[in-house]
Amino acid sequence: MSYRRTKRDRVLVVDDDASLAEMLTIVLEGEGLTAAVCRSGDRVMAAFTQFKPDVVLLDLMLPGLDGMSVCRQIRATSAVPIIMLTAKSDTPDVVAGLEAGADDYITKPFKNTELVARIRARLRRSDQLAEPLEFGDIVLDPAGHTVTRKGEPLELTPLEFDLLACLLGDPSQVFTRETLLQKVWGYHHPGDTKLVNVHMTRLRSKIEDDAENPEIIRTVRGVGYQAITPVP
Amino acid sequence: MPSVARIWRRSIQARVVTSTIVLSALVVALTGWALLRDVASGLAEDRSTAAISEARSGFDYAQTQLDASVETEPTTQSQTLTQMVDSLTRSRGAQRTYELVLEGPLVTADGEVPIRSSAAIAAGSLPADLTDAVRSGPGTFWRYSDLGLLGGSDAEPSVVVGSQLRAPDSGDTYALFYLFSLEDQQETLDLVRRALLLGGLAMVLMVGGVAWLVSRQVLDPVRLARRIAERYASGNLEQRMHVSGEDDIARLSTSFNQMAASLQSQIRRLENLSRLQQRFVSDVSHELRTPLTTVQMASEVLYSSREQFDPQTARSAELLKRELDRFEALLSDLLDLSRFDAGAAQLELDTIDFSQVARLAAEDALVAREGITVRLLGVEEPAIVEADIRRIDRIVRNLMANAAKYSGSDVIEIEVAQNAESASIAVRDFGVGLSGDENLRVFDRFWRADPARTQGGTGLGLAISREDAALHGGTLQAWGRPGEGSEFILTIPKPQGSAKNPPLASVYA
Repeated sequence: MSYRRTKRDRVLVVDDDASLAEMLTIVLEGEGLTAAVCRSGDRVMAAFTQFKPDVVLLDLMLPGLDGMSVCRQIRATSAVPIIMLTAKSDTPDVVAGLEAGADDYITKPFKNTELVARIRARLRRSDQLAEPLEFGDIVLDPAGHTVTRKGEPLELTPLEFDLLACLLGDPSQVFTRETLLQKVWGYHHPGDTKLVNVHMTRLRSKIEDDAENPEIIRTVRGVGYQAITPVP
Repeated sequence: MPSVARIWRRSIQARVVTSTIVLSALVVALTGWALLRDVASGLAEDRSTAAISEARSGFDYAQTQLDASVETEPTTQSQTLTQMVDSLTRSRGAQRTYELVLEGPLVTADGEVPIRSSAAIAAGSLPADLTDAVRSGPGTFWRYSDLGLLGGSDAEPSVVVGSQLRAPDSGDTYALFYLFSLEDQQETLDLVRRALLLGGLAMVLMVGGVAWLVSRQVLDPVRLARRIAERYASGNLEQRMHVSGEDDIARLSTSFNQMAASLQSQIRRLENLSRLQQRFVSDVSHELRTPLTTVQMASEVLYSSREQFDPQTARSAELLKRELDRFEALLSDLLDLSRFDAGAAQLELDTIDFSQVARLAAEDALVAREGITVRLLGVEEPAIVEADIRRIDRIVRNLMANAAKYSGSDVIEIEVAQNAESASIAVRDFGVGLSGDENLRVFDRFWRADPARTQGGTGLGLAISREDAALHGGTLQAWGRPGEGSEFILTIPKPQGSAKNPPLASVYA
């Protein structure tokens, strides 16, 4: 909500099912968003560059190029929030999608309100930080949404930035996965820990020197995660 | 000793070799004993025949001597007798194989019977019954005896032959005994016994060795078959036995291989079926979910603008939405069940606290909507298990929803308990209860206590809950009494524990 927008937010709907795509457009337009539809995996990048969406709604089963590959392609050039649409709630697919770079996922069938809530949660920039935060050799700047470590800029997605900001914001607290889901993803979905686990792995691979022996965020077994207070 | 018993129990070879050795030792011992007895009696018989004939000629010579002697004077008679014994002993010179004993005259005034002998014969060397027989009358008698020489070491086996002699003048009677040693025969016998013992022992050992070799020949393929069967059982379905020749072992191998191939093809077929089933479920899932999503979204759009419709259309929009929700619940339940049936359901284990689960369930919005009071018992202590939180949550909410919707009870009790093996959550209501075998039938798919009441729910909730519990290695059981209430107890084993002894017993059990 701290993010000020001058125009309507744009959602790129990537789905091969014409009816569903049209229905999604109707619902999103009804919510005051601008939507564009792309029906094939191999045309996503063209549509993406042209449309410049603020959020991508991506079906995992696509003709041309599958959802995972599309996800990776987008991530290679952009940190735009990606929400997967999946018919399979089975873990392997979801985890694979999250590992490919998706921020969140929603399982078909879903309620309109739920869909809109997820999209709005991704559009809304979190207000975890008001001031720039220095934490050991890491510097977070909430104004520019930039992170540097030892002066080197780190390429974090907005979600990863929020996750890091949330943890570093209060190093005294151990954050449970439930709390992180609520604070960073913006909704309560009991037990959906894989969302947190996968993103924590991605975040660590970007900020830690050795993801196996983390120096910035530690795992508190059976509880959650906590920032490691740097030794001055 | 337990290891010996263990080897005996586990090794056919040990049993075969041992019993072969024991049995052949028995046979050898029996044969040896019979053989030895035959040899001994043969040797003794030969010797005694020779001894008796030699003794007879001695007796004749002695009688002749006595007949020729006319002396009646005891002192000279005594000399004559001594000479006679000497001459009898001397007659064979160095090759003498016997000793002589002369008793007599047998009837004397003082009852003492003077004894002359060619060697120092121990008292009692002569068998008493033989002495009696000889004294009682004429004739030649013989016995086997043990000859003990005075100063000699041991008694030797011997043949004693005796006969009565009569002095014609004085009418005195004498008893003359020949003692033949059986020492040579005994030595031969000892030799034979030693040879038999050694031979028998060697034979028993060799038979044991043969038994070991033969049993190994038979058992080696059996052991090989066992190893291959074990590997097969542990999932290596490509394992086959090597077939060579046409003997019984080869036929066993062939049969084993046929069995293995048939099992393998069956397993492959079932695996394929299961894979197909899973694929089908997954495809149906995707294919149905996409149009359902569209329809549901459309119905929600209609539903949210129903106030602009005329009453019939508005009501239609409401019904459309409600039944689509039900359809969605049914589809999702059916897919869950088919995932269980296909064995494709997977657990996402996490450390969870039953007390926490119970506390959260008690705050369920549904319960509040129905105006039901929830009592929590035993939730002060954490009850930690490794479980899939979403499935456990689903079970507990399902039980709560059942109690809230169908029991008519206005109180629900949730109790948490644990022991070393497992943890349980009980959900109790105090409503209509369960009658007859309903406590078993509640878990049937699409079963409803009252067929008339079909509103809401899919009829699959409890069936799924029970599958969810079973997936954890746990149990979900129901109890109840008509008009009093019902109780469902979910028990999930702790790591390395089992759900066999739940920490909670039903109040209706």
